[in-house]
Amino acid sequence: MLEDKKVIILGDRDGVPGPAIEECIKSIGAEVIFSTTECFV
Amino acid sequence: MDLGNQARIKELAEKYGKDDIVVIIGGAEAEASGLAVETVANGDPAFAGPLAGVQLGLKAYHVVEPEIKDEIDADVYDEQVGMMEMVLDVDAIIAECRSIREQFLGSE
Repeated sequence: MLEDKKVIILGDRDGVPGPAIEECIKSIGAEVIFSTTECFV
Repeated sequence: MDLGNQARIKELAEKYGKDDIVVIIGGAEAEASGLAVETVANGDPAFAGPLAGVQLGLKAYHVVEPEIKDEIDADVYDEQVGMMEMVLDVDAIIAECRSIREQFLGSE
């Protein structure tokens, strides 16, 4: 599903942070176009 | 969702088109994760940010949802997400994100 997709990452400081998700997405080969880590509170 | 991030996502959706974009979230709990899914699909429910009333129709998934998790290399996933997955209420997060997607984007 993620193949050839552009991925926006909304990580969470208290959950899974952006850089951790980024590493996962890179392992698939999808293109990360924006990655951030926010506090959802 | 952070207002600056809403603005950025709006720009990117306009630039690339909704069909080419997938949003992946890492929210700590179900309700906040559902709100993020709703915001990029149907607009900011708080009517506070640039996505207020803007229905981007983007598909968003939590990284722990099987649609995403199953595509990630298992070793990388364990290293990057494994620890957090043990403390997150994964079942509640999956149920909430699915429910919001079905509500605003139809059945998945």
